[in-house]
Amino acid sequence: MGLKRNVSLATALRYKGQGPMLTYILHRISGLGMAIFITIHILASFAGGRGGVFVNSIYENWLFQIFIFFCVMFHAINGMRITIQDLWPKAIKYEREAIWVEWVIFLPLYAISVLVIVRTAMGG
Amino acid sequence: MAAKPRNLSLSQRGLNFEMLMWLFTRLSALAMYAFILFGMIGALYMGARTQMNFADIMRWAFMPNVVHVQDTKVINFDLWATPFWKVISSGLLLIAVAHGVHGLVVIADDYLAGPRARQIVRIISILFMLAMILIGGYVLWSS
Repeated sequence: MGLKRNVSLATALRYKGQGPMLTYILHRISGLGMAIFITIHILASFAGGRGGVFVNSIYENWLFQIFIFFCVMFHAINGMRITIQDLWPKAIKYEREAIWVEWVIFLPLYAISVLVIVRTAMGG
Repeated sequence: MAAKPRNLSLSQRGLNFEMLMWLFTRLSALAMYAFILFGMIGALYMGARTQMNFADIMRWAFMPNVVHVQDTKVINFDLWATPFWKVISSGLLLIAVAHGVHGLVVIADDYLAGPRARQIVRIISILFMLAMILIGGYVLWSS
């Protein structure tokens, strides 16, 4: 376990990893987002009462739904790319192309989802 | 990555718990796709009569349990509250919790490199996983 890091946060933020780095960061943020908020959601549903209902009403707010749906959708689509590439390692050669395909799939799907969420919030 | 010769033992070829969890993360991702697609099909089938909207279908798909669609326009919950769907939603809960907790361990490992810290992270993660499965399972089955 001789792991040592001498990279400051400022250096890390200036790292020009381009597409793959961006998906890595977003995958991590969206995964963390889901882990944190779904944990709170389960605990709130378990607790019930006034507090639980209040927390779950936040989850039903359309602004929160836009955020959590980004997490779910990006994590799912990026995760599918990672799964395909890791189970068929020959595909890793085309990682950058795969990331472009991923955005082409993700952006319209997410746009439609946001449209549905906003329309439902406005009374469908 | 060069393949190791086959006369080595499995552990010498890299088969260990971390590798199995790496594989589990990929396979559970595929399993969750299957679960969510199955939930969507179920919601389309059961919600057709009440003209369920797309948002509510997705709501059901992400957790096919009756508590998750309580606030929707569904009138008759007979089809939705069956033991079959409780088993399906429990399966999704188990896989999602295992996948998520392992993800948290992977993230923690990026910041905690010492063997002692990593061991503590693993103990906490196992306790957290058991707690979430018990609490989530209670929510699903008590509805």
